[in-house]
Amino acid sequence: MSTNGMTSWAVDLKDVGAIYPFQGSEVVLVILGLIFWIGWHVWQMRQEAAEIEREENADRQGDEARKAIDRY
Amino acid sequence: MGDNISTLNVIFTEFYYWVTVVFMFLIHVGFCMYEVGASRRKNHLHTLMKNTMAIPLVTVTFFFFGWWIYFAFPTGLYWITFVSDALFYDPNKVAAPWSPLMGTRLSGVNAADAAYGITNEATDFNSSAIWHRLNGVFWAAFLLFSITTASIVSGAVIERIRSGAFWFIAVLLGSVLWITDAAWGWSAGGWMVKYLGYHDAYASGVVHAIAGGAALATLIVLGPRIGKFRADGTPRDIPPHNPWLVTIGLFLIYTGFWGFYAACNIPMIAPATIAGQITGETWTTTNIYLSPTSLSAITFNFLMSLSGGMMAGYIFSKGNAFWTYSAGLCGIIAASAGNDLYHPIQAMLIGAIVPFIAYKLHNWVERRFKIDDAVGAVAVHGYGGFMGVVIAGFMLWGQPSSPYEGYAVITPWGQIMGALIMFFLGFIPVYILAKVLNAFGLLRVPRKVELEGLDFSNEQEYNSAVKDVIAAERAMVK
Repeated sequence: MSTNGMTSWAVDLKDVGAIYPFQGSEVVLVILGLIFWIGWHVWQMRQEAAEIEREENADRQGDEARKAIDRY
Repeated sequence: MGDNISTLNVIFTEFYYWVTVVFMFLIHVGFCMYEVGASRRKNHLHTLMKNTMAIPLVTVTFFFFGWWIYFAFPTGLYWITFVSDALFYDPNKVAAPWSPLMGTRLSGVNAADAAYGITNEATDFNSSAIWHRLNGVFWAAFLLFSITTASIVSGAVIERIRSGAFWFIAVLLGSVLWITDAAWGWSAGGWMVKYLGYHDAYASGVVHAIAGGAALATLIVLGPRIGKFRADGTPRDIPPHNPWLVTIGLFLIYTGFWGFYAACNIPMIAPATIAGQITGETWTTTNIYLSPTSLSAITFNFLMSLSGGMMAGYIFSKGNAFWTYSAGLCGIIAASAGNDLYHPIQAMLIGAIVPFIAYKLHNWVERRFKIDDAVGAVAVHGYGGFMGVVIAGFMLWGQPSSPYEGYAVITPWGQIMGALIMFFLGFIPVYILAKVLNAFGLLRVPRKVELEGLDFSNEQEYNSAVKDVIAAERAMVK
């Protein structure tokens, strides 16, 4: 058993193509990759929304905001 | 140098490795920026010089004995062998510091060479043209791995270790320990490759796990920085004085990592050169084990594993810049063992999952064992590299570890054993050395010096010089 079908390199390389493991699972890999990517955006947007809410609540009187403006 | 194609190949290969060495120097620019950024102002100069001086110290010792170890230790420890195989190369010819092949030379053979037994016959494995022309760039590429391995420890121990102690540890790790594991598990004739089927193409274990093990050993003996833990044992964050310098440093480490990856390959090789194991006439790039791969393969996988790590790191650290960058680095390190063979999406997923686990482990170890790893080096390199080696055992299960006959195939148990060897080959000797240094009071700076800062007297001299110059110039104004 070999996860990429190669059990020896004693072959003519002109006959060798893909060498990654679990060939045939490319579509599944792409789906997993897309879930990771889209999931990242969803998670990031949630985190950012929570962070913005924290920022808004951090200085209700605006004193710190005015100081931040002055600091440039 | 034989026929024209062989000549071109040798000259191309010489230039190829030379370029990788230049790129890899950026890793050390990055390490210095990163460590100085992570330290407090009172410790800048000490932090900078501690890391910087590892470069010349590992360089000269790697010339004296490090390179020799690589060729002498593949079957054990040269004088004590673990297996009965013959060495691929004669270390005394190729890498002894007094060998004519370790000097400035061209491809011919003169009386001094002949007296030392050096030929330029293509059939002489030890004296063929590659060693005449390429020994210096091969040595330098391995040397840069050595300095990297030592530098990984440097960041973890900032702001309280004595420089002299760190430099002993750097030489032991950079010029003895890592190159021993490279001889065992990162060379075509290494016993771990032949008998365990150990596969670690871009050094997850060979460089990173061993460095992580050494860093952890040093930290255990050294203890945390003053103020790192509260009275109730919970850790305080000691923020970097300059997060921008830290992140630019990490960016430079990424950049240098390209050279590191390229240096792990042999760029162009004829099948006939690999002892006739690969048939046909198709030339190929190979990994360090002489198994085929390509620069495209590692470029796909480098970028995808980096991206997986950065994306995961941004989420699990809630946008923390230091951990996002570190997770990118950890993502590459985790996928490195198999990045010659993985599919890019596999590399991305491994690069995303491992940094998350390493981050959790870092926090748990910090709280549970009071380990103050100032830059997360044990997590990023040690845990990340260890897990990367083990994962490769499952992903690449059953694949050949080498083009040579009679070698074990890659297996999970071979990789688990290999990962343990790597980690503890760093941990145990460095723990003993740190204990000895500590026993003589040579490991850690005194408490007062740590509190006032390791640059205290330098700062005073600097301030005094500034006052002096200002006073002198003001007196000249009429």
